[in-house]
Amino acid sequence: MKDLITYFPRMALCALKGSRTYYVWMGTLLLFIVAAGLEWSHDLHAGLVVTNMSDHVSWGIGIANFVYFVGVAAGAAVLVVPAYLYHREDIKELVLLGELLAVVAVSMCLLFIMTDVGRPDRLWHLTPGIGFLNLPTSLLSWDVVVFTGYLLMNLWIPGYLLFSRYRGKKPTAMMYLPFVFLSMIWAVTIHTVTAFLLSGLGARPFWNTPILAPRFLISAGASAPALLILLFTAIKRFAKLDVKQSVFDYFLYVLRIAMPINLFLVGCEVFGEFYTGTLHSASAQYLYFGLHGHSMLPKFIWTALTFNVTACVILLVPKLRQIPRLMYLACVLTIVGIWTEKGMGLVFPGFVPNPLGEIEEYAPNAGEIILNLGIVAFGAFLYTAFAKVTIAIQSGQLRADGPRPAPEPAHEPAAPQAAE
Amino acid sequence: MKKSLPMFREPDACSCDEHGHDHDHGDHDESRRGFLKLAAGAATALAATSCGTKPDFDALLQKHYKVMTDEEKKKVFARLEERTRAITGVKVHITDPQPMDGVHFAYALNLSQCNGNRRCVEACARENNLPNDPEIRYIRVIEVDNGSQHLEKGTVHYNPEKVPQKGKFYLPVQCHQCDNAPCVRACPTKATWKEPDGIVVVDYNWCIGCRYCQAACPYHARRFNWVAPSIEPERINPNQGYLSNQIRPVGVVEKCTFCLHRTRNGRYPACYEACPTGARKFGNLADPESEVRKIVENKRVWILKEELGTEPRFFYFYG
Repeated sequence: MKDLITYFPRMALCALKGSRTYYVWMGTLLLFIVAAGLEWSHDLHAGLVVTNMSDHVSWGIGIANFVYFVGVAAGAAVLVVPAYLYHREDIKELVLLGELLAVVAVSMCLLFIMTDVGRPDRLWHLTPGIGFLNLPTSLLSWDVVVFTGYLLMNLWIPGYLLFSRYRGKKPTAMMYLPFVFLSMIWAVTIHTVTAFLLSGLGARPFWNTPILAPRFLISAGASAPALLILLFTAIKRFAKLDVKQSVFDYFLYVLRIAMPINLFLVGCEVFGEFYTGTLHSASAQYLYFGLHGHSMLPKFIWTALTFNVTACVILLVPKLRQIPRLMYLACVLTIVGIWTEKGMGLVFPGFVPNPLGEIEEYAPNAGEIILNLGIVAFGAFLYTAFAKVTIAIQSGQLRADGPRPAPEPAHEPAAPQAAE
Repeated sequence: MKKSLPMFREPDACSCDEHGHDHDHGDHDESRRGFLKLAAGAATALAATSCGTKPDFDALLQKHYKVMTDEEKKKVFARLEERTRAITGVKVHITDPQPMDGVHFAYALNLSQCNGNRRCVEACARENNLPNDPEIRYIRVIEVDNGSQHLEKGTVHYNPEKVPQKGKFYLPVQCHQCDNAPCVRACPTKATWKEPDGIVVVDYNWCIGCRYCQAACPYHARRFNWVAPSIEPERINPNQGYLSNQIRPVGVVEKCTFCLHRTRNGRYPACYEACPTGARKFGNLADPESEVRKIVENKRVWILKEELGTEPRFFYFYG
């Protein structure tokens, strides 16, 4: 009990101490967060009229980001599955960082929703008991259920394991393993429910396709390892954590499978839309080629497709992917390409034309971009702090019975020294 | 003593807007004084504290329409009436007419008669306290070329000297009050539901403003309050239904309710009364003698987007 009381303040203290680079990084993020906070208070004051959304395109960049980061949250399974199902020791060392990524991504998703609804003061209406959840019919209600579950699980698992490590005790398997296995299934569920949320709408033929859920999962399977490669490279460099090459090889392996399948699924979708050529393909027409003189999106989707194809080529040709710079480029292209596919390529065109054939285009304005950037910065801020504390506890630096200089050099030779 | 209320902010009472986006600030145009200005409820905490007023917990903690007792409803209506009076000086009366047994409302619209004059659109706006800026309208009339029903090629922004234009026909669309309503299924908080007489209503004071219902509606029938609605006091219709034309707060979704505050009291909807061509027919589908029932039985009626299985209560016919 005493340990539990000292646990949180000491974690906070650990997150507050760092090198100059750390302070500069966190300070920059904080600036973005503050800007977004001001923007949000402006939204609350004036109404959502300050955004570029309208009754025609009633969901904008917030929901697009929500959809993308659900994929990131689900992508944590890329670490959890091999760690616990295939007992990959090299990955197991890092799995907590994956679970915390899920926590951060889900928190960001909640913020995207909170800042997007018209009445955040009424969000308590979603609490069963004092409010109503429209189950089983509303997919949005299911999203609330699966998100809450996924968040709690991913808070509990690393929370429990880290606390055990902090106290120097061996964790009891029954306390966390059932949740680990549940969270693997749950990762699929959160992205599936989010896909169903869109594909279940008969009013929007562009979304009303069974391929949406598999597309979501596969694109998450591509963007998550790409993000993890960049993330672990950064952690390796700045936190001096020993991430083995075999881990990066594994991510690249997943990427090499997911990227071509993702492109294949895009192709399936494009075929269905254009070969049939019914009026229901109006949104696809708008997205890829423009419709009745409205052509804001084609440049984005073609750029995204070019990025994805380029990344795919780099990853599939051994000579190219062995050049580190090209490999990193492929990761960046994958992330940007899939992000564009989700927002400009999926959420926005679903609303154009509207169900009565009116065409009203949407692009986020500066305020919306600031708000969304701020939420991403918040995610980065949270994750940096989480990762710092996690590494300190795992390396034995932060313990209930006082700090010890790197007791297990076998795995973590140089602890993330918060020098100065 | 004037009570400060959470959905409302008096245009000149608060000087705490640092961002300068409240367009009513410093506006001394007398005619604009007393405009109904509703502040974001969520901002209440922020705005209220910085303005030195207290947030209204009654509004914040108001229960869902269906779980409120009659006593609680009375209090809510009184609070909403007082809110409007305090700000605009207009005395409004909020009632809650109940669905009648054996009544199933339906609409039928004669496309041969409709000439696109849009009187219905304006009458609806006056009746239902719809703001002009930004404009909210429940009825959209689409002008389409004869020989096709391809709506993408039609327009709602037609503005000729005279209607009807040659070679065009006019398709008015409003909420279809679907029996299998996608919007009702979509709502995560049960803030919208279908009443026994067939009308789909919204509890504006329960809606969280997620706009999923807007995405789900195949008829583009739902409107969101992107801004605190401002209505000139002289335009306010004081006869208000809690579930229909009460003045909506910012950040919630609203829609056509077949004017239930009128139709449940034996009157016709405003759009019906305003139509000079006789294209609009309204009545009780369960009554074999009603006009609308006879049309549905004897005319070749059709519904919009039948393939979606929404089962609308809104029929079109040529006659």
